[in-house]
Amino acid sequence: MSTATTVTPAKMWSGGKSPFNVEYGKLMMWYFLMSDAFTFGAFLISYGTIRFSTNGWPNPNEVFKSFPFAPEGVNAPLVFVSIMTFILIISSVTMVLAVHAGHNMDKKKVTTNLIWTIIGGIAFLSCQAWEWNHLHHEGAWWGSNPFLNHDGTASSTNFTNYFFTITGFHGFHVFSGVIINIIMLIMTLMDKFEQRGHYLMIEKAGLYWHFVDLVWVFVFTCFYLI
Amino acid sequence: MEHTAEHKDGAIKEIVKVTIILSILTVIELILGFWMIDMALDSGLRLAVKGTIVILMMAKAFYIVGYFMHLKHEIKNLIMTIVVPLCLFIWFIIAFLYDGNSFRDLRNTYDPYFKEQSTIKVEKKEEGKAAKHDEKKTEEKKH
Repeated sequence: MSTATTVTPAKMWSGGKSPFNVEYGKLMMWYFLMSDAFTFGAFLISYGTIRFSTNGWPNPNEVFKSFPFAPEGVNAPLVFVSIMTFILIISSVTMVLAVHAGHNMDKKKVTTNLIWTIIGGIAFLSCQAWEWNHLHHEGAWWGSNPFLNHDGTASSTNFTNYFFTITGFHGFHVFSGVIINIIMLIMTLMDKFEQRGHYLMIEKAGLYWHFVDLVWVFVFTCFYLI
Repeated sequence: MEHTAEHKDGAIKEIVKVTIILSILTVIELILGFWMIDMALDSGLRLAVKGTIVILMMAKAFYIVGYFMHLKHEIKNLIMTIVVPLCLFIWFIIAFLYDGNSFRDLRNTYDPYFKEQSTIKVEKKEEGKAAKHDEKKTEEKKH
């Protein structure tokens, strides 16, 4: 790594060297994630544009105030979503640990950390499923918004449309991330990476998983906090 | 590869450090969020808190991309090929939010219906909601 950085730019691109110093698959994963960032960015900016062009907007502390197994009229804003956020952060940490263990060819640690990551992902999806189900029972869905604006005026369906579309798209990413991690786990257990002599595949799955966490940071802020 | 031995502890330390930073940032965000609940809707303070939350969000994004996704430790060519295109977002966000804001101003100025809608408080819906609430409760009792 240190030798590559000292090469002059002209030499870097004249062949025989890897100009990005990563393998093909990882570079392509980065490019894919960049394009995915633009997709999510377009969604969120569209949400922002609509929100800026409307006079009122529902209060997230009013909409997301419930908690599983809590009595009907409970008022616990931000509590459930903060749990979801921490689940995703922790699963991201275990993923880093799995990638790190992969560098050291430590199959056992890779396996345990991958399992924890998968559990975290499933836990997050379960939380989201509960929340969607709960909101749906309150009458919120694409095209129907039971909530009033913060100031008590009538709200449009933009709020629920954007909420379900964007969290749904993110949830779909989490779901595919869990599937990818399960495939990685199976490949690890089958000694595929030991035979290859490296765990670089885990790194690519890790990049994807961190990206999912990254997107949640934005979704969480845009929908629940501000 | 020769630096793995010394890198081992350093990497774990870095992961722990970044985890703590991300947790602290999230907790601060949540505290600000709770603080904002009872704040007046159109106060400047509320706007300032929202701005702070956005800055904290960017900090979290930086730590996730830089350390968890390891971009900070890649060589400059790779960093540039990812970060430079993302600068498009600066224009993207400013232009579109400005556009949305301008559309609202125009409608408030020239569309009396739009303006009126945002001043009428809805009470019927609240009652409907309450009725629904009662329905649910009776349903639960039936169960």
